[in-house]
Amino acid sequence: MSNLLSLMTFFPLVGLVVLLFLPRESDRLLKTVTLVITLITFLISLPLAFNDAFRTSAQMQYVEFLEWISIGDFFRMNYYVGVDGISLWLVLLTTFIMPITVLSTWNAVEKNTKGFMALLLLLETGMLGAFISLDIFLFYIFWELMLIPMYFLIGIWGGKNRIYAAVKFFIFTAVGSLLMLVAIIYVYYYAVKAGMPFESGFSVAHFYQLDLPAHLQTWLFLAFAFSFAIKVPMFPVHTWLPDAHTEAPTAGSVILAAILLKMGTYGYVRFAIPLFPVATMEFTPLFAVLAVIGIIYGALVAMMQDDVKKLVAYSSVSHLGFVMLGVFAMNLQGLSGGMLQMINHGISTGALFLIVGFLYERRHTRLIADFGGIAKQMPVFATIFMIITFSSVGLPGTNGFVGEFLILLGAFESELRWYAVIATSGVILAAVYMLWMFQRVMFGKLTNPANAELKDLSAREVVVMLPLLLFVFWIGFYPNTFFDKMNPSLEHLIQQVKGKQQIAMMVEAPPQAVAKITVNE
Amino acid sequence: MENLVQIALQNVNLAAIMPSLVLVCFGMGLLLINVFLPRGTTRHAVWISLVGIVVTGWISLQGWGNPQYGFSDAVALDNFATFFNMIFLIGAAMTILMSDDYLRREGYPVSEYYPLILFTTAGAMWMASGTDMMTIFLGLEVMSVSLYVLAGFFRGQLASNEAGLKYFLLGAFSTGFLLYGIALIYGVTGSTRLTEIGVYLNTHASLLDNPMTLAGLALLSVGFLFKIGAAPFHMWIPDVYQGAPTPITAFMSAVPKAAAFAAFLRIMEYCFFSMKPEWTAMLWVLAVLTMTIGNIIAISQTNIKRMLAYSSISHAGYALVGMVAANEIGYSGVLFYMLAYTFMNIGAFAVLVLAGKQGEENLTLDGFAGFGYKRPFLGVAMTIFLFSLMGLPPTAGFTGKFYIFAGAINAGYIWLVILGVLNSAVSLYYYLRVMVYMYFRTPTEDYAWVSMPASVLVTIILGIIGSLYLGILPNSVMAMAKMAGF
Repeated sequence: MSNLLSLMTFFPLVGLVVLLFLPRESDRLLKTVTLVITLITFLISLPLAFNDAFRTSAQMQYVEFLEWISIGDFFRMNYYVGVDGISLWLVLLTTFIMPITVLSTWNAVEKNTKGFMALLLLLETGMLGAFISLDIFLFYIFWELMLIPMYFLIGIWGGKNRIYAAVKFFIFTAVGSLLMLVAIIYVYYYAVKAGMPFESGFSVAHFYQLDLPAHLQTWLFLAFAFSFAIKVPMFPVHTWLPDAHTEAPTAGSVILAAILLKMGTYGYVRFAIPLFPVATMEFTPLFAVLAVIGIIYGALVAMMQDDVKKLVAYSSVSHLGFVMLGVFAMNLQGLSGGMLQMINHGISTGALFLIVGFLYERRHTRLIADFGGIAKQMPVFATIFMIITFSSVGLPGTNGFVGEFLILLGAFESELRWYAVIATSGVILAAVYMLWMFQRVMFGKLTNPANAELKDLSAREVVVMLPLLLFVFWIGFYPNTFFDKMNPSLEHLIQQVKGKQQIAMMVEAPPQAVAKITVNE
Repeated sequence: MENLVQIALQNVNLAAIMPSLVLVCFGMGLLLINVFLPRGTTRHAVWISLVGIVVTGWISLQGWGNPQYGFSDAVALDNFATFFNMIFLIGAAMTILMSDDYLRREGYPVSEYYPLILFTTAGAMWMASGTDMMTIFLGLEVMSVSLYVLAGFFRGQLASNEAGLKYFLLGAFSTGFLLYGIALIYGVTGSTRLTEIGVYLNTHASLLDNPMTLAGLALLSVGFLFKIGAAPFHMWIPDVYQGAPTPITAFMSAVPKAAAFAAFLRIMEYCFFSMKPEWTAMLWVLAVLTMTIGNIIAISQTNIKRMLAYSSISHAGYALVGMVAANEIGYSGVLFYMLAYTFMNIGAFAVLVLAGKQGEENLTLDGFAGFGYKRPFLGVAMTIFLFSLMGLPPTAGFTGKFYIFAGAINAGYIWLVILGVLNSAVSLYYYLRVMVYMYFRTPTEDYAWVSMPASVLVTIILGIIGSLYLGILPNSVMAMAKMAGF
């Protein structure tokens, strides 16, 4: 089908319209309809996973191109979408996580269900649109569109401190992206003056071919990187994340962790790094330092939390530090490890937030001290929690191991060797804070009488967790399913970036070298 | 040659002034009809005004792509004027639709209100199509005098009286500046015709740094900047906007402002194109000042109407960025932005009109607690308008700002644009706060909300359609703004 991507992206929006006509009070009906809509969206996206073209080609697949805004010689934007190995699994992760999220709200959301479900669907369209956009202007539209539903999800259905968290989330993210907008427009006019065909609009592929002078790259890279760094979030602009995660409803936290944060790292891989390769080279040490600080700092702070949800939130800072380290290593191991770790983090941290949600629904508290010894009361829950904990820690056999191992390997082989050495301690720290938390919550003596009454997971809750567990082991034992389809695109990207960096280095090199190049030409 | 001069002297081309002529006739006719009807009947006035607006719009559209010049080139009904006419007429129609019920509720069901709006609109149309200083001045006066009355329309209310008087005194003062500027420029160039002034200044380079020219330019600018509400001539805006009847505030924020921009753009481009470096430098500073002052002070407001007044100052600042760019993209950007702003801002004020409870106006943030749950439709509408005012996609506010900023970046004003987007970032806070109250807080008491008459809903729906259409499918209107630019 030629317009599969549009169908997938806008189907939730169609569903939203259907939803608006349903009665406000029929809670179950609204949830069921939303579940069906997200499931259908997942089915629509499924052919992507079975397309073998990704194995061999770095090209964009399922491309759609439509003229959207075309104002004489002023500017031109296109509806230009497509998927390659970089966005493939992120798109599928999104469509995969959404039904799970909806199912998790079954008993958790009771106030104003209609609004909640409508916002979830709007959010899905925004996220899918951002991943498939090949026109930066289009990407920006979807990027900002995601903010609005998330803002309301946190602000309306959040915890005690929700207003502060929602406003902080919104302002942090929007401020970053406004500067990116300036950079986008600047690159566009630079490209037009450099003779880019006008019809290609804000096409990323055309922007890749630009030869931006180094000093411009520095500024433009900073504008892009700042915006993405907030979303990732990287130290020191991560402060909105713990607030947002702690206050958001479970479904909001799951989506935030599983998908929204990936927007930031995806932004580096798709935009910031390939658009400004020379600046990337210049800033790699800085970003590696920030990534390593994020890893260690996130882990240390997570260790000291007495709230399970906050602990998971800070562990995100640490995990995404790993992803950034892998991405900036800019070799195949690091980059593919980073890409895989994005998926892994989506699965395991998403699952952790669901688990915290299960506990919270039962006891209305998330404090570690309020629990203890509940493994006996809830054996199924204990098993699942255990597996997910191992996945988050990165135990061999689970998905986390593959990702982190490749990232560290990649970083070790690149010039980021010493950063990798320090980052490795993050793996140990992760084991410390996760296992310690698990021990305090699940094992020991059951001291709190309120916990004696806890019920084990219901069938619905197990159904929510099973698909996630499946992928924990699938990626853990046979990650090649995923690597095979992303590697061609990643190799192409690395070649492109490294090639440009080498040319830039040669130009900066002493005059003899420059002379040699001219002779060769 | 002789023939040409003769034609020029007898150049009475009614087609060039037909739109405003028809509109004024409708206004006059309405005044006459009012004499024969008992006081307090206003429905007919609403309908007649709306018919007048539609007819005027149709006539005005005849000038699109078919420019009419008349009265020895003192008036031009070109694409530029037509585009602005559409803005004025849309603004006037939306204002009229939201007024009737409101006036009745506030105890002033006076039908003279509607002719005054039509006269204001006609004055605005003269300003947009004026190609002679005198025509523009005439339009400005017709527009302003009607507005002074409208601002003080609630004669029993102290705030409204204050608004009318303040607007009148300061407005008259600024008009004096404008007139003085016109006189000085006439003294330098010997003409009031915009194109002649431009040619004269361009061919006499020595006049460009003549103190009289510079003083004339500065005084002219003061006059227009006052009407636009640009800093440091913005002091009147908060009080006048807050005191005036809410529909009039909506009207003032859109129509007269757009008219002032129209005349300002035309004068700057026609007369002073050879002095671009001078006036763009001046406007650069003023644009930054205007955006910043408007946004920073808006943060501390607890009255939504007053907050929107300050926000309207900052929006004038964004539009000034397009003028600073002084290229085709920037100018058309201003045109597009004025249209977008008309939809979103009048829409927001229409929601304010319906937010009243127990028959009283409800304008404080506290009064909006839980508003989104009590009035779901109005809540969603306000949310769309606020996101549009913030400049977030997919709304008209975003595409409008994009258009203007694209012009400025293309002209090389990177820092100005960076300051502009940082200002947008500041504005997020106070717009978001309204939503925080509407959705994230629960209402303290249960009120009897005012009813929702269909006419106001039409205004709001028009606003929503405009805000979203210009945000998602802006192509056709953007292309029109391009054709309407210079």
